[in-house]
Amino acid sequence: MDHPVIRGVRFFMAHTPGLVRHGSKPDREIARDPEVWESIKSHLRSFDDVVGYAPHQVLLGNRTPESLAELDQPWYENVAREAPRNGPHGELVSEEEFYGLLKAGDDFDLLWLDEEFAERSRELLVKHPRVPAADLEKIVGVPPSQIEEMLDDSEKGAKPLQLRDGSTIGLIQHGLLEDPSLAPDILLENLAVKATGTMALRLVMDDFSIAPDQLQYIIGSGEEAIGDRYNRGGGNLAKTVAEAAGCIEATGSDVKAFCCAPVHAMVVAGSLATSGVFPEIAVIGGCSLAKLGMKFGGHLAKDIPVMEDILVGFAVLMGPDDGVSPRLRLDSIGRHTVGAGSVQQAIIEALVQKPLENMGLSFTDIDKYSTEMHNPEITDTAGSGNVPRTNYRLIAAIAAARGDIPAGNDARDEFVAMHGMMGFSPTQGHVASAVPYLAHALDSLRSGESKYTMFLAKGSLFLGRMTHLSDGESFVLEANPAAR
Amino acid sequence: MDLKGKQVIIVGERDGVPGPAIEECVKSVGAVPVMVQTQCFV
Amino acid sequence: MVDKHGKDDIVVVLGSPSAESAEVYARTVTEGDPSWVGPLAGISLGLPVFHILESEMKDQIDAKVYKEQVSIMESVLETDEIIQAMKNVRESVSV
Repeated sequence: MDHPVIRGVRFFMAHTPGLVRHGSKPDREIARDPEVWESIKSHLRSFDDVVGYAPHQVLLGNRTPESLAELDQPWYENVAREAPRNGPHGELVSEEEFYGLLKAGDDFDLLWLDEEFAERSRELLVKHPRVPAADLEKIVGVPPSQIEEMLDDSEKGAKPLQLRDGSTIGLIQHGLLEDPSLAPDILLENLAVKATGTMALRLVMDDFSIAPDQLQYIIGSGEEAIGDRYNRGGGNLAKTVAEAAGCIEATGSDVKAFCCAPVHAMVVAGSLATSGVFPEIAVIGGCSLAKLGMKFGGHLAKDIPVMEDILVGFAVLMGPDDGVSPRLRLDSIGRHTVGAGSVQQAIIEALVQKPLENMGLSFTDIDKYSTEMHNPEITDTAGSGNVPRTNYRLIAAIAAARGDIPAGNDARDEFVAMHGMMGFSPTQGHVASAVPYLAHALDSLRSGESKYTMFLAKGSLFLGRMTHLSDGESFVLEANPAAR
Repeated sequence: MDLKGKQVIIVGERDGVPGPAIEECVKSVGAVPVMVQTQCFV
Repeated sequence: MVDKHGKDDIVVVLGSPSAESAEVYARTVTEGDPSWVGPLAGISLGLPVFHILESEMKDQIDAKVYKEQVSIMESVLETDEIIQAMKNVRESVSV
């Protein structure tokens, strides 16, 4: 059996404290009580605090996930000074830059920037190696009076765009007043998806020397819905991003499966690459703006920073076996089938145990499990538990039931420490699911440090109220045998 | 609290015990699930 | 829901993953504590509430069903803390 490879992955992060007010939860709470924005504002982090935050440095590739276990918590009180905003796995931009990138991707003049601010943003982006001149030309503002006038007209329904300090620097309009699918918040969300996905794709193509016109197909794997009232969620973010990144020979489509869409998409992309249908292929995921500030209430109650202030997009390059890059084993795919039901045990058996049995491996043969890597400092402080730890303990419990490790909490904790890691991903939905460890896994599979990594993700289908089911998919990535 | 014959609102959670799993449990006692939800906060 | 069925025969059963979230939900359904997330936020219901991991629930559920559906989570979640949190809420609120 032939297997595809994953050549590389890159992350594009944007610190967007001013956009926290447009997250789904803050937006509703601020509409009910405008004072909420004042409370949130006083707990927003500075750009330096966000750059120096250890989990972000892990995502950028400047430190390992393992190193987090040695760092005193809370990490938000142990911020590194003068940390780099770029790393081997990605980059992090400020909100001043990100608003410019949003405008650069705005083909319908939905987003207006104040002319002075637009100039400032453009000047910052001129230095950026992956913002082409054509994009810079689109970052043009309007007089402040025009913004005020539009915001004052309540019938127009435009919403203000602000910086962390609360100053208004622009607005986002309705696409069509009577169409709820083109409401300002939705369009803002989709512009952010486009910008983060595009920047991540440009970065991964640059770093792995793939010319934009070499890519044949792009698969989008985000959760956001693009479309108007007659085709809400119709998509196709992938082709939108392909156009913005200059992939003129590519088309694409989106794979929708809540938070496990990236894993589904990588399996689909790998199959297309291996079959020869589309040998040069990428999987992208834009950010999840709706999740900004989702748990602000818990953070404010504890008087700690509102840490859901980061947007993340990613892009993965895949292709047929090149004899070097780690292989996605197509005979290792774990599926949470309909018949498996909703019980946690059954889910892990389907996603982990069954594929391992198919491959003749034990639970301990997998060097690292990359599960839902949500940063527990964000979730645990708001009552949502420690998601990666729960997943790792579940895997350990099944490993013990199967006899691969001894029973009991000591063996469980040892397994979790050795085959797991602390969560370090911003709570960005599909982005946090399995993908965040991919860059580190590729490094360690390439260097020979590890042999197998398993990626597993779950999706909360029940949130859409069409089924009580959840979903999940997994695969094993192995060091390329030809390179060993 | 004897569940038998009671009407039960189930608020399960994806990262804890999901709604349908609790539903099976309460049905085994002869309780009636009137609302089954599963939450996801991540 | 409560309006439709009346509240004498209604029990709420939770599956929350941590002591803190269990407490938030328990308070929400008993005293209408302004929970910051979820569908029951801000509604004062005054309903009896239990967590599926508590012995009050576990002991009356068919053992085979419980083992299939829930047992693995007893060793995965911080079960003792969750049980304590539920007790604390019930003691602080007389339902």
